[in-house]
Amino acid sequence: MNGINRTTTSALIWLVLLTMPYWMGAVGGYTELASRVLVLGLAAMALNFLLGFTGVLSFGHAAYFGLGAYGVGMVLKYLVPSTPLAIVAGVAVGTLAAMIIGALIVKLRGVYFAMVTIAFGQVFFFIAFRWNSVTGGDDGLTGWKRQPLDLGFTTIDILGNDKAFYYFVLVLFALAVACMALLLRSPFGRTLLAIRENERRARFLGIPVEQHIWLSFVISCMFVALAGTLYALLNNFTDPRALRWDQSGNFVIMAVLGGMRSFWGPLVGAAIFVVLQDYVSSQTANWMSFIGMFFILVVLFFPRGVAGILRRRTTS
Amino acid sequence: MTQLLLFNLFNGLIVGAFYALMALGLSLILNLSGVINFAHGGFLALGAYIAYTLIPYVGFWGGLLLAPFLTAGLGLVVERLLIRRLYGRDPLYSLLLTFGLAYVLEDVTRVIWGAQSVPYPIPAWLASPLSHDLFFLTGYRLFMVALVAIAVGGLFFILNRTRLGMRIRAGTLDLETVSVLGVNVRILRNLNFGLGIYLAGLAGVLAAGMLGLQPTIGTSLIMPSFVAIIVGGLGSLPGTLLGGLLIGVASGITTVFFPSATEAVIYVMMGVVLLVRPRGLLGEEGRIQ
Repeated sequence: MNGINRTTTSALIWLVLLTMPYWMGAVGGYTELASRVLVLGLAAMALNFLLGFTGVLSFGHAAYFGLGAYGVGMVLKYLVPSTPLAIVAGVAVGTLAAMIIGALIVKLRGVYFAMVTIAFGQVFFFIAFRWNSVTGGDDGLTGWKRQPLDLGFTTIDILGNDKAFYYFVLVLFALAVACMALLLRSPFGRTLLAIRENERRARFLGIPVEQHIWLSFVISCMFVALAGTLYALLNNFTDPRALRWDQSGNFVIMAVLGGMRSFWGPLVGAAIFVVLQDYVSSQTANWMSFIGMFFILVVLFFPRGVAGILRRRTTS
Repeated sequence: MTQLLLFNLFNGLIVGAFYALMALGLSLILNLSGVINFAHGGFLALGAYIAYTLIPYVGFWGGLLLAPFLTAGLGLVVERLLIRRLYGRDPLYSLLLTFGLAYVLEDVTRVIWGAQSVPYPIPAWLASPLSHDLFFLTGYRLFMVALVAIAVGGLFFILNRTRLGMRIRAGTLDLETVSVLGVNVRILRNLNFGLGIYLAGLAGVLAAGMLGLQPTIGTSLIMPSFVAIIVGGLGSLPGTLLGGLLIGVASGITTVFFPSATEAVIYVMMGVVLLVRPRGLLGEEGRIQ
């Protein structure tokens, strides 16, 4: 029963994602908004790999998101005009930073892990903010554009055609999500769940807990960096706000809002958050209060998120 | 050169004193209740603006005296209404809640007092430099350092010599036993939160006199306060104090030699501390797990 349910959910979600650019306009959205849902959804799902499936609270994922974004921008601006190469470089930069910082923090747990990840996130913010000549400082990194994909026999114009770019993002999204799903089903993924449920018991069983948490952190950051590269490509722009702490908070609230215990939950959370933010910031200058109240209400009244509510419905 | 170095050293000390004041409040709340109060910077800004509003009626000294208490009162209400519900739950939730609260406080401050930076009036006799050679040594700065010292002394007096303080310290070690011994833990946590917010309010009033007032004044101080706690050692208040002063002085000195790394240097320090001594300079063993 559960298996069938899960397959139906997945099929439904893929159907929605595949057709999104075609009905987004009809419901008042636009293709770029659909791409943003997809990109931030990927970031939230990647964060949830660590948060929901390993049980480790990182509040600094914006750093790796932003590193991916700056990596892609700088390669396109200063080195080679090739979108795929730039993406690879951006992901590599984010992953490398995660490997180093991850090694420093794997021994910490709970609130302390969260606090250190927040603080480390700020380093990259200040580098981006201060290193004016290279990063553009506060104004952001401009003067570059995503390049059409050259496949040898044909080129795909992801720059001029919004829908083409959406499907380009969707392909990478699908690859990343498939990787995460396979990893979670593997013995490695099961071990992560065991650590989440009872770390001490896992340790007694001889599982090298620190190694697993480090690896999970690095994998999570790698996919967040991928999302970051796509976000920069989407906007043809990136600025220090992409790696500031409030962005990290947004990722966490997306995951919680959708449901941390659910694989697809964070994508749903991201969709709700992105659409809401788009709407509220177009209506009022006080969007910060709205978003803040939204955080508080979610924590107080929907701590299990959308997925939690749905699950309770079906079981009762 | 010597003068420049002295100037930045002293500057760093002052900034460090702010970090320490902020971080001590954060640390109190974190140690007893396991809550990282992201909204601490918001309370700091609120304290500063409350003092700014009061000054025309009660004067500089009245504002300095009253505003932190009013801020602390607000803190008590917030703890009672929102934060109390989250004790014992996954720390994720209190983190998200105070995160949202930080947004709301910053926006409310902006709506009430405006987004523009406004000057904070300080008495003329405090604003003038004490000597011509040491131009940076204004009375206000010395006064600020003295006041922070008094506040920190007062805090340690409360913690070590009063019943409330001893209960807070005991609760930090073993809240359950304290509760069994007949202490009302709800009230204890409430008062402890208020005490932490009082320090934020005081830091706000003092910072306003030096940096001027703007709604984001707290946001720029909260991250270094986290670093101060981590460098100083989790669970140790003297460690937090030391951490705050240390990173302040370090960033002050860095300004002389490598100005663009002023902010980044404290995170490098944090990395080094985590590498060689994960529990922090004065941290208790086993606290980080």
